[in-house]
Amino acid sequence: MIIKQLSVFLENKTGRLTEVLTALGAEKINVKALTVADTSDFGILRMIVSDPERALHLLREKGFSVNLTDVISIATPCEAGSFAKALALISEKNISIEYLYGFSIGQKAAIVLRAEDAQSALEALKSSKMDLLNAEELNNL
Amino acid sequence: MIWNRPVECMPREELKRLQDARLREVVERVYYNVPWYREKMQKAGLSPDDIRGTDDLYRLPFTTKEDLRETYPFGMFAVPLSEILRVHASSGTTGRATVVGYTRRDLGMWSEVVARCLACAGVGREDIIQIAYGYGLFTGGLGLHYGAEKIGAVVVPVSGGNTKRQIQLMKDFGSTVLACTPSYALYLAEAMEEEKTDIGNLRLRVGVFGAEPWTESMRREIENRLNIKAIDIYGLSEVIGPGVSCECEYQDGLHINEDHFIPEIIDPESLNPLPPGSRGELVFTTVTKEGLPLIRYRTRDLTTLNYETCRCGRTMVRMAKCTGRSDDMLIIRGVNVFPSQIESILLEMNETKPHYLIIVDRVNNLDTLQILVEVEELYFDKISQLQGLRDRLQQQVESTLGISADIKLVEPKTIERFEGKARRVIDKRKF
Repeated sequence: MIIKQLSVFLENKTGRLTEVLTALGAEKINVKALTVADTSDFGILRMIVSDPERALHLLREKGFSVNLTDVISIATPCEAGSFAKALALISEKNISIEYLYGFSIGQKAAIVLRAEDAQSALEALKSSKMDLLNAEELNNL
Repeated sequence: MIWNRPVECMPREELKRLQDARLREVVERVYYNVPWYREKMQKAGLSPDDIRGTDDLYRLPFTTKEDLRETYPFGMFAVPLSEILRVHASSGTTGRATVVGYTRRDLGMWSEVVARCLACAGVGREDIIQIAYGYGLFTGGLGLHYGAEKIGAVVVPVSGGNTKRQIQLMKDFGSTVLACTPSYALYLAEAMEEEKTDIGNLRLRVGVFGAEPWTESMRREIENRLNIKAIDIYGLSEVIGPGVSCECEYQDGLHINEDHFIPEIIDPESLNPLPPGSRGELVFTTVTKEGLPLIRYRTRDLTTLNYETCRCGRTMVRMAKCTGRSDDMLIIRGVNVFPSQIESILLEMNETKPHYLIIVDRVNNLDTLQILVEVEELYFDKISQLQGLRDRLQQQVESTLGISADIKLVEPKTIERFEGKARRVIDKRKF
């Protein structure tokens, strides 16, 4: 499914990441997945959180440069080759993936990805009966 | 050597009569040929007859850089374009640069005043002068060039940059005079030390440095490291370019070519003229220029004037080294930069909010320009897009200002943290 990912612009400064996470924690917003893309000067923190809309407003109020981005979330079994299988479905359609991150918990694994053409990527995954996660399911992982 | 002794050593009473006559003449010219001045004078209830000489200068309206921008590009020219031979321009966003125009006589006068300056600096026809000021719209390169040709020196028009080649030519040609910004002179000295050039083998003896403020301690450093005499030359494109004034061998103030440019010192707040010796803003009236004569042009440079006759024999008034400004203009690597130009770039690009902070520093004797820009809205979340934004900003700044800047994207509200209200500039250089 297409779910909302929270993206936060961060300068490479000590403690900034902690500040974001502390702010979310104080409001009982749960972070399910998190990754940081960085350069020498700045980075982008990308997160799947329990309540993206509330997190967006909260961080904006705190003066962060933040946005919501559409990403696709796929569940795969936690076994060798399962990530590859899922990604192949997208690349076969010549849709480029802009970035992704994956994680596994127990027997389950999940991929969060942003595709150049999200709708086509979604269709490719659906037609192959991939297990797509909606926000709630991802939260319940 | 004194290039034009009859003028440069003219008794001051005689000089005043010359200035009075030339002032009356230029006031009449602008009144009848430049609608902008006519309107200004009429508003002030002045007719050309009211100005009998320099004692009446204070009655005339001022001219500012803003006025030149508003009449961009040629609105203040006092002659038809057919009479203009060349234009120069200062940096600025499109439509906001200041453009200056020269008639054939203006170019001749410019060469004359630069020749006087070079002679004042001790440069003569035996010299080989390496001109490392930028050639082009900037007045530095071509201004020095024609003055040096006039005195008959060998001109090496190498223009700015390309440090390795500068050093090579200096060695191969045996350049005796270097003309560039003082910070570039120090940078050259450093580069020479790095590549182990034996300064003793160079024939360099005089440096003619200008286009940016520099201190006495910087002068000592340049003189020691390059083993030369470092002379300060001053000018601004609106008045003529380099050649407005220059130090003589006594390095005790810059002799203003007063028969062409009448200086005043005013209080930048009240705009009232200040008595001789007071520190204030330097104002020039160009009394012989045809293309773009300017009445009471506010330079924004802060200095003092010394009317005593100099030990060199010149009677021309001396201005002290400029060390401050009465506006927010920055001079970075010899290029004039207004913070508002950065703001215009951000507004025009419309990809970020115009929240910025300019940090100027001097690292290894070269000015550095860093611009912090707040990323207030995250319109995209790909690193490559943010880097693209930064690169576009960098290119735009470079093409607009003519100097490169290091753009740093920062979080919202970073900039306000420095001070209570928006502070746009941090200049860490020590003048």
